[in-house]
Amino acid sequence: MAQTIIDTANHIAGYAAKAARVKVIAAYPITPQTTIVEKIAEFVENGEMDSEYIRVESEHSAMVACIGAAAAGVRTFTATSAHGLALMHEALHWASGSRLPIVMAVVNRAMGAPWSIWPDFSDSLSQRDTGWIQFYCADNQEVFDTIIQAYKLCEDERVYLPAMICLEGFILSHTYMPVKIPDQNEIDDFLPPYKAGWILDVNRPFSHSNLVSPEWYMEFRYMIQEAMENAKRLIQQIDKEYGKRFGFEYGGLVEKYKCEDADLILLTMGTMGSEAKIAVNNLRKEGLKVGSARIRVYRPFPVEEMRRLAEQAKMFATIDRHISFGMEGFLATEVKASLAGEKEPPLVAGFIAGLGGRDVTSETIVKIAKKSLKWMKIGKVEKETEWVDLRD
Amino acid sequence: MSSIHKTRKEMPLTPLSYPTVGSMGKTGSWRTFRPEIDYSKCTRCTICWIYCPDAAITRQEDDSPEIDYEYCKGCGICANECPVKAITMHREEE
Repeated sequence: MAQTIIDTANHIAGYAAKAARVKVIAAYPITPQTTIVEKIAEFVENGEMDSEYIRVESEHSAMVACIGAAAAGVRTFTATSAHGLALMHEALHWASGSRLPIVMAVVNRAMGAPWSIWPDFSDSLSQRDTGWIQFYCADNQEVFDTIIQAYKLCEDERVYLPAMICLEGFILSHTYMPVKIPDQNEIDDFLPPYKAGWILDVNRPFSHSNLVSPEWYMEFRYMIQEAMENAKRLIQQIDKEYGKRFGFEYGGLVEKYKCEDADLILLTMGTMGSEAKIAVNNLRKEGLKVGSARIRVYRPFPVEEMRRLAEQAKMFATIDRHISFGMEGFLATEVKASLAGEKEPPLVAGFIAGLGGRDVTSETIVKIAKKSLKWMKIGKVEKETEWVDLRD
Repeated sequence: MSSIHKTRKEMPLTPLSYPTVGSMGKTGSWRTFRPEIDYSKCTRCTICWIYCPDAAITRQEDDSPEIDYEYCKGCGICANECPVKAITMHREEE
């Protein structure tokens, strides 16, 4: 029977791994992720989960253990944050290159130095080019739903890629919210057991992902690119199907809010998308035509959706909880790249906000919107990258 | 691999390599030093057979080792590991 529970996003991620009937969990603790693998350890210990729980000596080993388990044909899960994710970097390429549909929760935390335990997206966005699908969640319910959806997506034969489910540390990870957990039979019906694209077999031994000569390597890369394109289409289908069955839908790749007639569209990721909706409502009370588009899937990037939004809007404001040093926020770059070549593209203003866990409230976003509207009126972005609330 | 697949559509998701004899050709030609077994000293302990990284030593029915010179690259690991010094390395031209 479906039930509503009140718990933190980290515990909810644990409930999702249980609901997905994950068979192998490889775990190494790191703040603010730790309570995910603690919750799962509890489930395995008390018999609620019939899984192997492998305690490893590092995040690199955690990912490699998941690769081994997935290659043996079972559903796998792990979770990490910040420096743990950075340590996994090499193994992330092995997971995607071997086409293993591992699902991992990444509880976003700013990178050191200097040390921080608070959220921004610099950890997961640094893994942009590893061939992992990247989802960003706005609330605890979405964390649960996206983990279930991700297994369905990643295990599809047209995809066979791993995925990160990103959620901001503390803002979500340690915050209690009510979450509806569907009936287990209905989840089982939605998410059938994992069928591997290839599987290790002791009776017919082979090694995988071996040395490939220059005449074949490019083709393997191209197949990953094709899988990403397939994922773009499937994410939307799976989101719709999930919505029909369980009542929660997130707009597929981009969650759009009051964009239909908007002059200005606020582009965000993660929890900033929730604040942006409040900001939109407040701005609309003043008669300002503002909409919000939360990029839910960063890889594959929703290029076509950006172009569709650009048909209506005169101005885009990207709010990045991230900085690519020496350039700008990644979201700003990707949005501009998506629009290049369009006939009359909207102006794009880039804002850097919320690094290292600084709050990005609806008030902050209203300020960003008003500055953007000013630039829209004069037809010129006066400052290409604006750091919000920076101390002078 | 190029001998198996002609187009991208026939390719697997990731390269899968099954064990095969001599996919790189007769690697014995790479050898500079040649291991030779003195069977009067050999105790049939099979350590050389276990350590050979190229599986170029086969184990006979009485456990005596036999070196396959078509594939032995002459790395010398067997000679190094042999506890009774029954294997010695000799320069090929000698």
